[in-house]
Amino acid sequence: MSYLMIFITAIFVNNIVLSQFLGICPFLGVSKKISTAAGMGGAVMFVMVLSTIVTYLVYHGILLPYNLTFMITVVFILVIAALVQMVEIILKKMSPTLYQALGIFLPLITTNCTVLGVSLLVVQKDFDLAHGVCFALANSLGFTLAIVLFAGLRERLAFVALPKAVQGAPIALITAGLLSMAFMGFSGIGN
Amino acid sequence: MDKSSYENLTRGLIRENPTFVMMLGMCPTLGVTTSALNGLGMGIATLFVLLLSNSAIAMVKNLIPNKVRIPCFIVIAATFVTVVDLLMAAYFPNLHTTLGIFIPLIVVNCLILGRAEAFASKNTVFQSALDALGMGIGFTFALTLLGLVREVLGSGSAFGYSFVEEGAETMLMFIMPPGAFFALAGLIVLVNQLRGANK
Repeated sequence: MSYLMIFITAIFVNNIVLSQFLGICPFLGVSKKISTAAGMGGAVMFVMVLSTIVTYLVYHGILLPYNLTFMITVVFILVIAALVQMVEIILKKMSPTLYQALGIFLPLITTNCTVLGVSLLVVQKDFDLAHGVCFALANSLGFTLAIVLFAGLRERLAFVALPKAVQGAPIALITAGLLSMAFMGFSGIGN
Repeated sequence: MDKSSYENLTRGLIRENPTFVMMLGMCPTLGVTTSALNGLGMGIATLFVLLLSNSAIAMVKNLIPNKVRIPCFIVIAATFVTVVDLLMAAYFPNLHTTLGIFIPLIVVNCLILGRAEAFASKNTVFQSALDALGMGIGFTFALTLLGLVREVLGSGSAFGYSFVEEGAETMLMFIMPPGAFFALAGLIVLVNQLRGANK
């Protein structure tokens, strides 16, 4: 698969949030304001690319040669948890401004299933490292696009008077459904 | 059974239902519920992991240093997820293929970590197991219900038994991604209405 095709498919056709349903928790949780949504997107991008590289090397360097592939879930989640912790410590020391911007989102990312999901998908789809990194970058861009668009919609929705039973989660889900429908318009591209 | 045990068991069923009320574990909820059976399978897999990890965490809670408790909880959960993953691959290969990546992702389901942090790390093994059982059944119920609604509307069948003639037009949208959001929103509105009426 060409690099361009990976980008188009991952961002528009099979958007990780709106058609794969990964990362719904942060998608619904931190999407009340565009600025925080963009912050979360940035943090996810950073961690996802980094963790894909590390988990790829761990898988092909350790798990595969020693026939330990059944340990994949345990090892990957540990690597990601450790990585997130490390990124947090390094950012705090090296770049306090970036830490200020991303800081609060970092601990949340460990349990963001997009990161583990993409690491596992790269292995499942048998990508090489360059394609894997490209896939991770494309998916994190797709995540950022979806969450920023959704935050924009929700900022407007805050001013709408709604029946009590629909307020909060239900209207957010309906909005997400409409956004997902819009993205379905891209389906078929690349087939 | 004394009152607080009963309370711990029934809390997750409706009043603090993990899906409809607490909105935990949304990814598998939306991702796999294209049919009632898929929802049921995912629910039972999660119930199993939750029961084992909650009990195990309650057992070792005094041995885990407070600062590294989250990674410890995740590793314990990941171990049981691997067990469930391998068991399903051996005994239910079709379901295992359908659920796909969502099985290893049980480990990052906020429901597992949420119950570990909020309940199992503070309570006895027996009470944690009851809590896990209640929450797990509540989650399974919610996933099966959502799967059933989507299957009935989207494919015109229930638990795999079709009740419309061949080639009939069903609301296909409900088994596509947008339908997941709409069906769940509808169910939550219904639950909110019912809860409001009970107050």
